[in-house]
Amino acid sequence: MNVNATEPKRPVITRRLDRMFLALADVAAFVARFFREVFVPPYEFREVIRQCFEVGVRSLPLISLTGFITGIVFTNQSRPSLAEFGATSWLPSLISIALVRALGPLVTALICAGRVSSNIGAELGSMRVTEQIDAMEVSATNPFKFLVVSRVLATSFMVPILVMYTVFVGLMGAYINVHQNEETSFPTFIEQVFDAVSFLDIFSSVIKSIVFGFTIGLVGCYKGYHSSKGTEGVGRAANSSVVTSMFLIFIEEVLILQIVQAIRSSG
Amino acid sequence: MKTYQPPIDKEKTVITIRNLRVSFGDLHVLRGVDLDLYQGENLVVLGRSGTGKSVLIKVLVGLLKADSGSVNVLGQDVSRLTPRELDTLRLKIGFSFQNSALYDSMTVRENLEFPLIRNVRNLSRDEINRSVEEVLDDVGLLQAINQMPSELSGGQRKRIGIARTLILKPDIMLYDEPTAGLDPITSGDINDLINEVQERHHTSSIIITHDLTCARTVGDRITMLLDGQFQRTGTFDEVFSGPSDERVQQFYDYNFVENKSTV
Repeated sequence: MNVNATEPKRPVITRRLDRMFLALADVAAFVARFFREVFVPPYEFREVIRQCFEVGVRSLPLISLTGFITGIVFTNQSRPSLAEFGATSWLPSLISIALVRALGPLVTALICAGRVSSNIGAELGSMRVTEQIDAMEVSATNPFKFLVVSRVLATSFMVPILVMYTVFVGLMGAYINVHQNEETSFPTFIEQVFDAVSFLDIFSSVIKSIVFGFTIGLVGCYKGYHSSKGTEGVGRAANSSVVTSMFLIFIEEVLILQIVQAIRSSG
Repeated sequence: MKTYQPPIDKEKTVITIRNLRVSFGDLHVLRGVDLDLYQGENLVVLGRSGTGKSVLIKVLVGLLKADSGSVNVLGQDVSRLTPRELDTLRLKIGFSFQNSALYDSMTVRENLEFPLIRNVRNLSRDEINRSVEEVLDDVGLLQAINQMPSELSGGQRKRIGIARTLILKPDIMLYDEPTAGLDPITSGDINDLINEVQERHHTSSIIITHDLTCARTVGDRITMLLDGQFQRTGTFDEVFSGPSDERVQQFYDYNFVENKSTV
């Protein structure tokens, strides 16, 4: 018997709200399960290290290229505006603040969202639809701990390291450009970079990167782990991982910026 | 026909299911199923696609939850076990998936080592290697030890899937559509392997299939799942030579009359 046959049809908006709140509850349960399982042995050290390699080392070529080009392009684009005020000597300070506070974390996180989150979404999605996750479960292995916890930890560890690397490579790109045009020496460039950047800048950048890394890993895992509807679902999980990660990264960027500015103005 | 006659202990059941009900929303898949699996026997569950055969064995290992009824495996009520107790029970059950479910990112060796390393402590490298080679030899695929799953044929994948379950020396084997998608010759090989596993490892098994050749070759007892309940249970001849039932007859005719090549 169809029990819904006698129920009055509800408006579309309430059904959508229902679905949205159910999805939010599901995400909250997923996050809660992560924090519950991350502290409980057995710990999957080997898998975490393997995933760190996948996330970190395999992202290096793309990160290197993007960071380097970002440094060069940003320096080039900033020069005319500063030159109008005769302030091109401020270029190293400007670039270092921009790279540490915003460009480094954001560029790295967006690249990782595209490369890592989609990869995780597709991999776990494919494992779900081919019953590999079920196979793990019936062989008495906790698939959540093995697959999800290890990947989220790996992205949370590696994204901050990649951000530092991006900032370094970006500064090198900027130095080459500054050196060619202003003939600034390397020690002077580095001195200006470190003078401009405060502890709060670096600290907030690291915290932000950890949040971005956690988001990238968690979204990819959530989308992949709950994938369904065969190969179509795998593609959808990969795509949705990228879109959702990027969307959340921008929201987090704005929120963290507000918090850091509040701290800065109060200090 | 099955040539090996296993010593079946009808006094001892390894799986007992009573009044099992499972539904997905409004879809009632299992509607009060009762089943006993005796020690040492191969029980074949026949039925059309979508009748809930796979759901039944997934409930047995706790992958799906029942709405009501009791499922007792090796003396333990599956619905009342803690996650740790359920994991301990799962080590005694081998589950061979329809699509083999081999881990794509691992070699055959790593696939086989995975359950062993994670569940058996203090094993030396030599012991692990020996166990892996032993089960691969059992399924006749020792030469595939360093291959990736993507390099294997459908039949080979099925064999490796079975080997992966055998490495933990289970008491019960659950086969989900072991011959689905295979040609008749490879299907015959898989059927022989299922009988060999029963003979060598003294397992009790449930085989889910809609392939009557498989049912006749491996089954000591056969039961038909129709409309969410078991309608006929007995030997192959008892099920298909008993009082006529249109759906049972239709099932037989499709396999052995319309599809004469499989006879």
